[in-house]
Amino acid sequence: MKLAIVDIGCGNIGAISIAFERLGLDPIVSSDAATIQSADRVILPGVGAAGHAMEQIRWRGLFFVLRGLKQPVLGICLGMQLMFEASEEAGVHCLGIIPGRVTKLEPAPGRPVPHMGWSRLDVSDPGTGLKTGDYVYFAHSYACTDGPHSVATAVHGRAIPAAVRKDNFVGAQFHPERSGDAGARFLKAFLDP
Amino acid sequence: MPARRIIPCLDVRDGRVVKGIRFRDHRDVGDIVEHAERYAAEGADELVFYDITASAEGRSLDPSWVRRIARVIDIPFAVAGGIRSRDDAARCLDAGADKVSINSPALERPALISTLARDFGSQCVVLGIDSLRREGDYVVKQYTGDVATTRDAGRGTLDWVREATERGAGEIVLNCIAEDGVRTGYDIAHTKAVIAATTVPVIASGGAGAPDHFRDAFEAGASGALAATVFHDRLIGIQDLKEYLGACGMEVRR
Repeated sequence: MKLAIVDIGCGNIGAISIAFERLGLDPIVSSDAATIQSADRVILPGVGAAGHAMEQIRWRGLFFVLRGLKQPVLGICLGMQLMFEASEEAGVHCLGIIPGRVTKLEPAPGRPVPHMGWSRLDVSDPGTGLKTGDYVYFAHSYACTDGPHSVATAVHGRAIPAAVRKDNFVGAQFHPERSGDAGARFLKAFLDP
Repeated sequence: MPARRIIPCLDVRDGRVVKGIRFRDHRDVGDIVEHAERYAAEGADELVFYDITASAEGRSLDPSWVRRIARVIDIPFAVAGGIRSRDDAARCLDAGADKVSINSPALERPALISTLARDFGSQCVVLGIDSLRREGDYVVKQYTGDVATTRDAGRGTLDWVREATERGAGEIVLNCIAEDGVRTGYDIAHTKAVIAATTVPVIASGGAGAPDHFRDAFEAGASGALAATVFHDRLIGIQDLKEYLGACGMEVRR
């Protein structure tokens, strides 16, 4: 299986590559349209700011390439947020694949932001490889709005989509590469649905 | 709030895990990868690796051991030690670390916090603070890796916490120095004061010796509790600790 990790010049590509290597794959890190389009699976990673990431996507000519992918695509953390319509972070327009917006998490006493650590999941789609009661690792200050495409949620002040699915596009707000067994199950389910 | 995190801290020197008492007299306690694997398997929620001499020696930590760790564990980990530029941080994150923790270099140049938060996101940027209680106040210490180089940073702890949060630090590891390695419990008043001064998660550090010390830190509002000696010396098992905290009504990942 050919697995491409989209290189948008930011973030956690190291940890994500290694997670797939642990599953016996040899991922290709690339920003080349043809390489991405010909892969069997595509990973859109990302940590950092949405504005910077969208600039990188446009600058590398990948906006329509990513939107048009037909194979299973997995967005992780910021990569999932980029699949939504727009982000409150710097008021940026995103890829517009999944309906909904990305908004800032508000801190409150006893509820710090970033939402950082292991939160318990409520899972509505066992096809994700996840199950209700799993703990997975989150590290984010912005979150997508909950909606019909959520297949797993966590709570941090409000319901946060932890995993989403629309057609061939899957997203994880949590970090499957750093979520122990539950994360590995999720990645395996993405590779072999 | 997510599950309360138990965070073993591994002090690293020359790619080996070491432990000192009150930041002195470091002894070798074993191989870094073996420790990382053992803690991940035992249920640690996160790990922190400090290259304790990097800052004092004016160098950044070695990304080669970061990659060795990233290969073997599937839980998050932060690395610290002499990260003084965007490029130093990028090397650690590229090698597979989830977060970088900065301490002395941030005191030298606070704009470093802003730069890292802008380029990698706040969730990657941990601020480590070595804080000492002094005459009813809390003050920041610097270059604590070696007793000969340790000195006052010339800042109050709470002011520094507020500034760092403003600049985009995504987490604070509060190390209360007087208690470090002596196992008499976290400095709870100190930890509470820092939690009240910030909206980001605060990790209690320094002084853990018994399961109820962890309970106290979490009751005070800490998102995580960091410890070294009690885990390295196997005085407390992580599973036992989590069972105890669960029985106290705290949410832990099991």
